[in-house]
Formats: sequence, structure tokens, C-alpha cells
Amino acid sequence: MERRSLLASILIHGAALLLAAVILAPIFWLFVMSISPAADLVARPLKWWPSEMDFSRYATLLSTIPNSAGAAFVASLVNSILVAGMATIAAIVLAVPAGWAVSRTPSIGWSLSLVIATYMLPPVALAVPLYMALATFGLLNSVFGLALVYLSILAPFTTWLMKSGFDGIPREIEQAAMIDGASLFATLRIVTLPLAMPIVATSALFAFLLGWDEFFYALLFTSDQRARTLTVAIADLAGGRVSDYGLIATAGVLAALPPVLVGLIMQRALISGLTSGGVKG
Amino acid sequence: MSSTWMTTRAWLLMLPLLVIMIAVIGWPMIDTVRLSFTDAKLVGTGGSFVGIDNYVKMLSSSNFQRALYATTWFAVVSVAAEMVIGVLAALLLNQQFYGRAVLRALLILPWALPTVVNATLWRLIYNPEYGALNSALTQIGLLDSYRSWLGEPGTAMTALIVADCWKNFPLVAFIALAALQAVPRDITAASLVDGAGPFNRFRFVILPYLAGPLMVALVLRTIEAFKVFDIIWVMTRGGPANSTRTLSILVYQEAFSFQRAGSGASLALVVTLIVTVLAVGYGMLVRRTAGSAT
Repeated sequence: MERRSLLASILIHGAALLLAAVILAPIFWLFVMSISPAADLVARPLKWWPSEMDFSRYATLLSTIPNSAGAAFVASLVNSILVAGMATIAAIVLAVPAGWAVSRTPSIGWSLSLVIATYMLPPVALAVPLYMALATFGLLNSVFGLALVYLSILAPFTTWLMKSGFDGIPREIEQAAMIDGASLFATLRIVTLPLAMPIVATSALFAFLLGWDEFFYALLFTSDQRARTLTVAIADLAGGRVSDYGLIATAGVLAALPPVLVGLIMQRALISGLTSGGVKG
Repeated sequence: MSSTWMTTRAWLLMLPLLVIMIAVIGWPMIDTVRLSFTDAKLVGTGGSFVGIDNYVKMLSSSNFQRALYATTWFAVVSVAAEMVIGVLAALLLNQQFYGRAVLRALLILPWALPTVVNATLWRLIYNPEYGALNSALTQIGLLDSYRSWLGEPGTAMTALIVADCWKNFPLVAFIALAALQAVPRDITAASLVDGAGPFNRFRFVILPYLAGPLMVALVLRTIEAFKVFDIIWVMTRGGPANSTRTLSILVYQEAFSFQRAGSGASLALVVTLIVTVLAVGYGMLVRRTAGSAT
């Protein structure tokens, strides 16, 4: 390591502080807005720190009193969990066998490449037929219909993750079990899957967050509390005539909490997943 | 075990995935192609064949040309800024300083924030009457009176690009940082002994290691930027005066607001074609960079 001059050291620490401020200021402000009294948020100039901390909006949004703002928010929260959860489970069920097959039989790898290449398709190119089909089957404004559509995003992604995961499990272990007389499915169940569990869990977590973040299809295919997800509810709040900016900020904090916590806890896995394609590719 | 059986078995295991992919991607894609040659409406019975009318009408419309321009501007400026800021952040994080691990953890925050929450947050920051940006700029004396950042055609696109960059530069930073950490120590040490200055060291020693991974980041970000919808919809809905109406927003309005499924589909296919050409072109470039870097 090169020895640094005092000046270089000051510059580096200064740049680090600047970067930290750029990252933190907007996030911090979102939180401050959520706990500031409404009057503070319409003051000129703004009060950068709440005159008194007010957590009541969190209680408002998470209350389940019928016909309140909270009930609508909680309904969309439940819808988001249901849609992302169902799509994640289905994506994993599809991805485990497919990922294993491609990992162990490279000659069919082109089919997975084709599936992954669909990532570049803009959702607007699929939206009209999907809308018409969902309408035909009565699946518009339904969590099941939306979860099915989400598979177009989640399944290619999880299959790719599972394939990379299985690549890291030596096939000799499977062959040893088979030589001992285990059938293919017994081998997969007893030997391979337990080894692949961490990858299944990581894939499921990422898939859930992808579903949690999705907005475009949810905006198109849902219309009310029966299926409307959190992202659409927040966009409605942001674009509507809500006079309390703090309430919008609170909804944002609540929606951001799961992915941010997962991001912080799983950063190692996340970063290696993000960058492996980049560095090896 | 015969290899034919192995292959058949592999296909059988792939089958469920392929069936679902055909149902939710393959078939809709083909049906979009069919619709693009009809005058079908979004609801009601399906429209009659009109040949390439939709394409002619769409491609020659000023709406399309303005949207193409807005999309290109958004993609080029935001991706370029993300690449520069991302690489600078990675170079910083590759140094040793107090709090490096904390800073690296913080970098994940903008990226983890859902796009809609990010858009909502910046919409609040840009608020014309009570926004944090107006207040802060006025307080430090850079601004005389509050401005409507998202309400004026001159500033709306820039404001969107800032919000998009803030969320997406960490991805570039992570990819660049991983590549930097793969640069062998002895090579940088040797370049020091040979007397290379910091700029030359970056240009001739470090950049070759970064080129491949950065190309991948560039491809991913450009494709995403060309498809952009969420952040614009939440922040401006394509306004003011359609100055931020990108191609995806235009397709949405055509197909869903005006319920013209046929012409919406033709427009969607043009967008798809542009993204595909970009991706394939970039793909060839990536291969070449990867080949020359090693």
C-alpha cells in the first residue's frame, strides 16, 4: 500500500463524508418528514428537525378501523405480501428443477439464455395482451392474476440464480449417491436440495423484493383494495390531494423498510450476486 | 445413462418453466405483433386488419419523435452520470479510510429503496411550495424565490435524472468496486515503481480491468433507462407540457388512457426493437472489450 500524504488523506476523508451525506440526506429527510408535526412541514423555511416527534402517522397507517386511511393502506400491504409471496413460491417451484437441469445438462443452456434475454423486453410490449387475457379470465384486479404476471419477471431471475447455485455443488456428490443405489429424485431430495437451501433462500428473498417493488403491472391490472399493491397505493398518495406530506413520507418509510433491512443484512450475498455477472462476464 | 435420456430428462425438468414463460411472455409478445397490425380497442371485440397504418401514423407523429428524444436524453444523461459517479465512488471505496465498511453498507440504501418510494421522496423534495430543495437553496442564498422544479419544462427532466442517478449509481459503484478489487496488487505496485502518476495509473493499469465489468453495467443501465416508466409516472406523469413523456409513458397513454390497443402495440414494438438493437449492439461491444482486456 502506497503511503499517503496528509493532504491526500484529508481529501479522501472529505470525499467519503460528502458521499455519505449525499446518500443519507434524502433518506434521513424522508424519516424526519414522517415524524414531523404537519405544521413543521409547511413552514417557510422548513424546520429541519421536528419541533416534537410525532409517530402517530405510523399508528394511523397501520390501524385497521374500517374505511380509514389505515384500512386502505393495510389492505394494500397485505396485497403486496400476497402477490409477491405467491409469485415467489411459484417462481422457486419452477426455478429449482429448471436451474438444476441447465446446470447439469449444459447442452440445453441456450433455452435458459433465451428466457433470461426476455429481461430486455419492455413491459409495455406485453401489457396489452396480458390485460386482455386477464380480462377474459376474470383475473383483472385479482392478486392471483397479478402474481401470475409477476412470474414473467421473477421466474427468469430465480432460475438464473438457482443455476449458478447448482453450478457450485459438485455433481460428484450426486453421482456417489446414485452409485449407492439412490434414485434421481431421492438423490436430489437427500443430497442436492439440502446443499442448495441457502441459494433457494437467497433467490426467494430477492424474488420477493422484486415483486414488492413492482409498479407498472400493478398500476395496470389492479383497480381497488381487492388487489391494489403498496407501490400503487403510495403513487396514489403522492399524486393525490393528500395535504399531509408526512403521511406520504410515512407510507414510504413503511414500504421501504423490508427491502432496506434485507439489503443491509444480506449485503454480502447481494453484492456478490449483483457483481458476479459483471466481473465474470 | 445415455446422453439422449439425460437431455430428455433435462427438457422435462425445464418444461414447467417454459410453459409459464410462453404463457406470460412468448404468447403476449406474439399477440402484440398481431395487434399492431389492427385497429383493435382495449376493450370490446378485436379490430380489423389495417396493415402497417399504425406504424406509419406512429412513426411520423411528433408525439413519437418527441418521446424518442426525451427517452434518449434521459437514458444518455442519467446513465453517463451514473457511470461517472459510480466509478468515482468505487475508486474512493477502494482506498483505506475510517468508516469504509460503514460507507459501503450505506451505499446499498438508495439501491434497496423501492423505485416508487424513491420517486415519491424526490417529488416531496422538489415540492414547489414546501419542498426541501427550495427551502435549502433559499436558506443558503442560492435561490431568491421558490421554484416548481417538476412543473417547469426547463427543469423537470433534469430533476428526474438527478432522482434516478441517486438511486442507481450504487449499482455501478458495486460492479466497479468488485472489479477494482480484482486488480492484482503487484501490478499497481509495479506501476508505482515505474513512476506512473495517478492519472496514468488509472488509465493504463486500472481501466483495462474495469472495462469489461463497466460495459456490463452500461448495458444493464441503458436497457433499464430506455424502458423507464415508474419514476416518471410517479414524479411527473410525462408532464409538464409532455417534456418528460418517454416512450413507455407514451405507449401507456396510447394503449390504456386512450384505449387504442392497436396503435399502442405498434408503438410498444418499436420500443422493443430499439431496446433489442441496443442490447445486441452492446453485447457485441462487451464481447470485444472482454476479448481485448485479457
